[in-house]
Amino acid sequence: MKVVHASARKLGLVSCQDCHLLVRWPELAGRQSASCPRCGSELHQRRPNSIARTWALVITAMIFYIPANILPMTITSTFGSKQGDTIISGIIYFIRNGSWGIALVIFTASVFVPLMKFVIMISLLLSVQFKSVWRPKDRTVLYRMTEAIGRWSMVDIFVVTILVALVKLGVLANIEAGPAALYFATVVVTTMIAAESFDPRLIWDVLEEADE
Amino acid sequence: MHQIACHECDLVQQIPPLPTRSTARCLRCGAVLLRSKSDSIDRTLAWTIAGLVLYAVATTFPFLAMKSGALVQHTALVSGVRSLYQQGETSLAILVFMTCILIPLIQMCGLLYVFIPLKMNLRVKYAIPVFRLFQHVKPWSMMEVYMLGILIAMVKLGKMATIVPGLAVVAFGLLIFALTFAASAVDARLVWERLGGKT
Repeated sequence: MKVVHASARKLGLVSCQDCHLLVRWPELAGRQSASCPRCGSELHQRRPNSIARTWALVITAMIFYIPANILPMTITSTFGSKQGDTIISGIIYFIRNGSWGIALVIFTASVFVPLMKFVIMISLLLSVQFKSVWRPKDRTVLYRMTEAIGRWSMVDIFVVTILVALVKLGVLANIEAGPAALYFATVVVTTMIAAESFDPRLIWDVLEEADE
Repeated sequence: MHQIACHECDLVQQIPPLPTRSTARCLRCGAVLLRSKSDSIDRTLAWTIAGLVLYAVATTFPFLAMKSGALVQHTALVSGVRSLYQQGETSLAILVFMTCILIPLIQMCGLLYVFIPLKMNLRVKYAIPVFRLFQHVKPWSMMEVYMLGILIAMVKLGKMATIVPGLAVVAFGLLIFALTFAASAVDARLVWERLGGKT
């Protein structure tokens, strides 16, 4: 493989985000936009307003994360008495029952992964904003992991879905989705969109600017 | 030689024709730039058709049943969505319906729509937007996460009742593999070259 050692942007090119065709970047005036000659998708040298959008989505997700943890995910009613279960109390339930494996899976998907996503996305944003040149490859790998792992946080929502479908035994036992379920789903969806709106190429732009 | 810019770090690189079943990675950041596939079109079609058959079984046959004493509660794949909707959780119901039922179907129909004409050397309208749609919905297809949810729910309810997995659960589990194999058999570069010409 031969390398030109320059980014597409530096060479006056742009890579189509949908079909990866390399196109000459046209000079745009005012509100003009360019689209890919092969697939018609709109061309952007970098994802538009990447940093501001990602910040907005990450902060939104962090706000929703609070009620998602405080409020109950499920409300179980047995013989007229109601019991609310939060994410944490669900995990504690599994630990008490000796199901360590399941407790670990839920803890990873519902607590650890969302928190790690906040930490990683904020560090990436700050590193780009403060023009860090520190280990760009590792930061790209971190981004790639965040993008790939986010979907697994949905598992708790699906558990609730299955529980509400199965446990409908009238007065004997009944499970309803609690208010935290919607908040938590919003956290997962907004962090996924946040990861999609962050442009990892910004990590590398700083290095090229530093070279000049 | 094929010139490409890395989608993760924007480095422009020349890629020689790849031998089949090999991967080209970005020299700077290590992102996968291209993967060459063998029999891409045939394998994509085969797994997609298998997936659609399994999908039909997964959505129509009994999914999970819960036995507690004399009481038996049967459910289908959509039951959870319906229960959420009945409890007033409309947005959640829509989210689960989209990620586990609708988007996998859109993916498979999209693949058929693009790959059958490719196989038969035909040109159809809207193949390009359909393939773009397929690429965009991919992260939102979450059947494998749902499967993990089933396992957790089974353990959770295991203490108070017996959970009987139905035929649809088996089909659903196999469908995950079929769809994963179909998606990984897709050679996006080949599709774009055939759909849009080698620009």
